[in-house]
Amino acid sequence: MKAVLDADEASKLLKALLAGELPDERGRFGPFGGRYIPETLVPAFERLERGIREHLPSDEFQQEYRTQLRDWVGRPTALTFAARLSERWGTEVWLKREDLAHTGAHKINNAIGQALLARKLGARRVIAETGAGQHGVASAAACARVGLPCRVYMGVVDMERQAPNVDRMHRLGAEVFPVESGDKTLRAAIDEALREWVSDPDGIYYLLGSAVGAHPYPYLVRELQSVIGTEARQQMQDLAGGLPDVAFACVGGGSNAIGLFYPLLGDSGIELIGVEAGGTGDGLGQNAATLAAGTPGVLQGCYSIILQDEHGNIQETHSISAGLDYSGVGPEHALLQALGRVTYVTASDDEALEALEELCETEGILTALETAHAYAAAKRWSRDNPGKRILIGNSGRGDKDLPTLSRYAARTSANAAA
Amino acid sequence: MQPHERIGEAIIAANNDGRTGLVPFITAGYPDPDTFASSLQAIAEVGDVVELGVPFSDPMADGMTIQRSSFAAIENGVTLSWIFDQLDPLQGSINAPLIMMSYLNPLLAFGYAKLASRARETGVCAFIVPDLPYEESAEISAALDADGAGLIQLVTPATPADRMKLLADATRGFLYAVTITGITGGSSGLPPDLAAYLDQVSAVSSLPVCAGFGIRTAGDVVNVGKHAAGAIVGSALVEVLERGEDPAAFLRQLR
Repeated sequence: MKAVLDADEASKLLKALLAGELPDERGRFGPFGGRYIPETLVPAFERLERGIREHLPSDEFQQEYRTQLRDWVGRPTALTFAARLSERWGTEVWLKREDLAHTGAHKINNAIGQALLARKLGARRVIAETGAGQHGVASAAACARVGLPCRVYMGVVDMERQAPNVDRMHRLGAEVFPVESGDKTLRAAIDEALREWVSDPDGIYYLLGSAVGAHPYPYLVRELQSVIGTEARQQMQDLAGGLPDVAFACVGGGSNAIGLFYPLLGDSGIELIGVEAGGTGDGLGQNAATLAAGTPGVLQGCYSIILQDEHGNIQETHSISAGLDYSGVGPEHALLQALGRVTYVTASDDEALEALEELCETEGILTALETAHAYAAAKRWSRDNPGKRILIGNSGRGDKDLPTLSRYAARTSANAAA
Repeated sequence: MQPHERIGEAIIAANNDGRTGLVPFITAGYPDPDTFASSLQAIAEVGDVVELGVPFSDPMADGMTIQRSSFAAIENGVTLSWIFDQLDPLQGSINAPLIMMSYLNPLLAFGYAKLASRARETGVCAFIVPDLPYEESAEISAALDADGAGLIQLVTPATPADRMKLLADATRGFLYAVTITGITGGSSGLPPDLAAYLDQVSAVSSLPVCAGFGIRTAGDVVNVGKHAAGAIVGSALVEVLERGEDPAAFLRQLR
């Protein structure tokens, strides 16, 4: 399968993307995307696709969704001018505050939308996967809200490093299923959720949390998350006096980034930068920089860029942030990189920690470790671009990261003492 | 005769002998890469067609047994190219047609053209790709067809009747009827309505139908054999290997 585009193909695809024609009827974003799933799930995916076509654009669904976003999620979320940070960086920094959304991250936009869809499609129960736990918490809350039972698959490594979120899921009535297989993180949790879905394709709705997986998930998640960019675009004009010169978002699977970027793609004056987890270094297994270091392949349902060895086995990843710790990336990001419309860079664990501290200190915001990667890259960019107007997708809050932050602080002081 | 046609012939030959065709599955190179060749030869003496599993890091359609064997094989350095290299010197000494089960990504990484030519050289007659639905299969099918290998399609109890026909027409070798709605290695036993389902699958297929998933005992093979031409035995055999027992002896008591 091809992954490189010539200039003619690229310009056609960009036009199609801006015209809202992607994914195409085969679920493709150019060469990327598609539907690579076990035969048992084919009827379930076809049902989901029909359901989306029928309900998503309908006035009834949209009204219900918007009402939930306004009254329960708390949208629109604020756009905050970061005055002290701007002064430090020598730029004008604006923050799109998804941390203020109910349950503390952008994940809820998708979770409540899909939970409403699950109810419309007559699902008996919902399953979800989670890495950082934010999507798990959002799914638990959304399922409670619409009255559906929810089971969340979570790798045992993630359960330990995101313990507060495990408690929250339990409180919200979800069952948390510990995943001991594979790499015991997000990728294994998705595999396990897929296995469960295969056992009951008619009764289960799989509430996938990122813009990854088989068609129509990357499309569905983008549609539900685009509220971020649509609001931010309007708020920038209303409050900042104009569109930004650049927008930053962190990228794991890429749902918050696609949500912020998609409505801005047509504004060719806005540079778009996605920030992946650079971990502890460039070596195999030291990072989760899929677009920076990966190659084309099929993982968990779609053709995209993935971290793999020469034999096609998926590589394990490392990031200080569980939410970015994934060997794949959404197929639309693979296309945006191939088109050159979005630039993807990395930020290391240490840079993210430093950025997190700086934001606490200057703006009184404890951001998520995932989000901190976007700040680290924006800060670097600011050095070469003084005076510019920057929009940062502040995708989530960092309360869940307190155990990780204490662990790193202890390690750092131990190293200093040695 | 094209290589993929040998598969159906082998199943029909077993049926003509008054037996259900037996298709043993093993994860290649498990539990010990050094004994793969001898173990495969012993298994191929009993099996009518032998299915070799290519280990993959994310076996999303497999249960714990095949996950475990797959991860262990990867640890031991088993790869698709290693498997082909092991098969090279066995040419002529194995009569049963070989098929391979692999998730798509290892095949993609290997390259479809090279895959087809190595398959022809090593006697691999067809491929089962559990994460490749028919709609995405044109490119690999074309590459395999060029060298006489084919893609074996799967139908499941969730497959609607019109789709079943489509898959039956597209398959090569045999049509794989998944017995349960679920992953491999289930312990819940074969479903009560299995006979009607297998009869329905057999009615739409011009090639032999082989049933797989959850077939563990001689009794299961007999039950399945009343309504399908062949039985695929995977997890139960891998468990035999896991316990260090004799796979050929286990298979003989299934026949």
